[in-house]
Amino acid sequence: MLQQKSDFPILSQKNKLTYLDSAATSLKPQAVIDAMDEYYTSYSANIHRGLYPLSERASAEYEETRQVIADFIGARSEDEIIFTRNATESVNLVAYSYGREHVQKGDEIVTTVIEHHANFVPWQQLAFGTGADFKVIDITDQGDLNIFDKNGKLQLQDVITPKTKIFACNYVSNVLGTVQPVKDIIKAVRAINPEVIILIDAAQAVPHLEVNVQDLDCDFLVFSAHKMCGPTGVGVLWGRQDLLENMSPFLFGGDMINEVHIDKSVWATVPHKFEAGTPDIAGVIGLKAAVKYLQDVGLEKISKHEDELASYTREKLHEAFGNALSIVGEYSRLPHVGVVAFTIRGCHPHDIAGILAEEQICIRAGFHCAMPLHTRLGAKATSRASFYMYSTKEDADLFVSKLKNAYSVLT
Amino acid sequence: MSIYQELILDHYHSPHNSGVLQKYDADVSVANSSCGDKLRITLKVRQEKITDIAFTGEGCAISIAAASMLTDEVKGKDLEAVTGMTKDDVLKLLNIQLTPTRLRCALLPLEGISKAILSLKSTML
Repeated sequence: MLQQKSDFPILSQKNKLTYLDSAATSLKPQAVIDAMDEYYTSYSANIHRGLYPLSERASAEYEETRQVIADFIGARSEDEIIFTRNATESVNLVAYSYGREHVQKGDEIVTTVIEHHANFVPWQQLAFGTGADFKVIDITDQGDLNIFDKNGKLQLQDVITPKTKIFACNYVSNVLGTVQPVKDIIKAVRAINPEVIILIDAAQAVPHLEVNVQDLDCDFLVFSAHKMCGPTGVGVLWGRQDLLENMSPFLFGGDMINEVHIDKSVWATVPHKFEAGTPDIAGVIGLKAAVKYLQDVGLEKISKHEDELASYTREKLHEAFGNALSIVGEYSRLPHVGVVAFTIRGCHPHDIAGILAEEQICIRAGFHCAMPLHTRLGAKATSRASFYMYSTKEDADLFVSKLKNAYSVLT
Repeated sequence: MSIYQELILDHYHSPHNSGVLQKYDADVSVANSSCGDKLRITLKVRQEKITDIAFTGEGCAISIAAASMLTDEVKGKDLEAVTGMTKDDVLKLLNIQLTPTRLRCALLPLEGISKAILSLKSTML
């Protein structure tokens, strides 16, 4: 065990929960719940307005999170951090504010078939709305993006062209569990067309890996607080400051303006220009506690722990189900995080998840918001177990043993 | 109590009315978008009664068992009586408690049969 289950109150309840759905949302440690509780019980005032101490403190805690996030992902300035509702909203913000102003008919928007719908549908709709071409990078049967030649060298000439305006790609696949070589991909994209705007969906990466936006050399990066021990309701958009400054607001209203007149309004500076209305103050403060928690545990330890657990689980699954089992993305050459999505011949994923649910084992069944990927794999749906720092070998053993029961019930 | 009762599993492993009717008056397909399950239902009608019905498709144990039981149930019934069937009638047949997510699986066959009857009515008009 890497992290005490007792840090996570939901796991210490009598219900003997085996939680293997951390890729959907992570559990929340007491430290995060406490930080949010403290806001609500001790200083729950609105931010950026009040002149009294409660409000000053709320503003300070909220803004401090911006700095913490900037440091956490290696941003040049805290002004490059924008708080949204979730990663999905972050992508939409870019698709609307940047996309609608810069993408025209005949341009190309490039993404991949392994994206979560959050990083697929906004681009698809932007393409449909502007008349741009929507290009989707395919995968090999092993689940790797089809952009490598037989020596493993990146080949993007067929994909990225002088017409490419936007390239959007995930860092870690939420189904295959594979870590894309995003730094190399970005370099290869820039070598072909330095003007391409690159957005990285890091929702499945930030909870497990060290992410550094300057090292990656992307233009935008998005993630969600709730997958990294933080609360639901908060997402992050990081963007290069010069881009953000030249973008129009996404939402209009309070807190995003400097001046409002009957005949015109003047926007606030970045990042406030993109944070209209009262934000999820408690959630943002909770995110700060989550980052501290992750740093205290150590991301390197977290990913090593998950990798070991996922490898162990894959091995046990093969032992138990032989050739009836298929784990998607297993034979990829890329490194994996703690995600194991699979099918077992003769067992419908809903039934597997349903039978395990009766034993308080939580796994996910369905498309995991990645329908284009499932269509490409020819899988109607998959079951997915995903691990995090609080997952244990006992969890994996119980999962495999109850899965065997499910198999005998269903076949 | 598990929802995977013997009765459900029996119907799942050997579904009744499985296949496609050679001659039919209605032929519809329905899908559950959350898991990709699909059902195709064909049925035959004489004098406002369902005289024969069959289904094919892929689904979880709950949706297949529900299709098996429901097609048994509606065979020989007046169209009007079948149109009036509700979620509670399906749950009574299955004799289990379902969570909202699994309820969608159980109700897919009823959705299909209702759609088939509706298509029939519009062709008759």
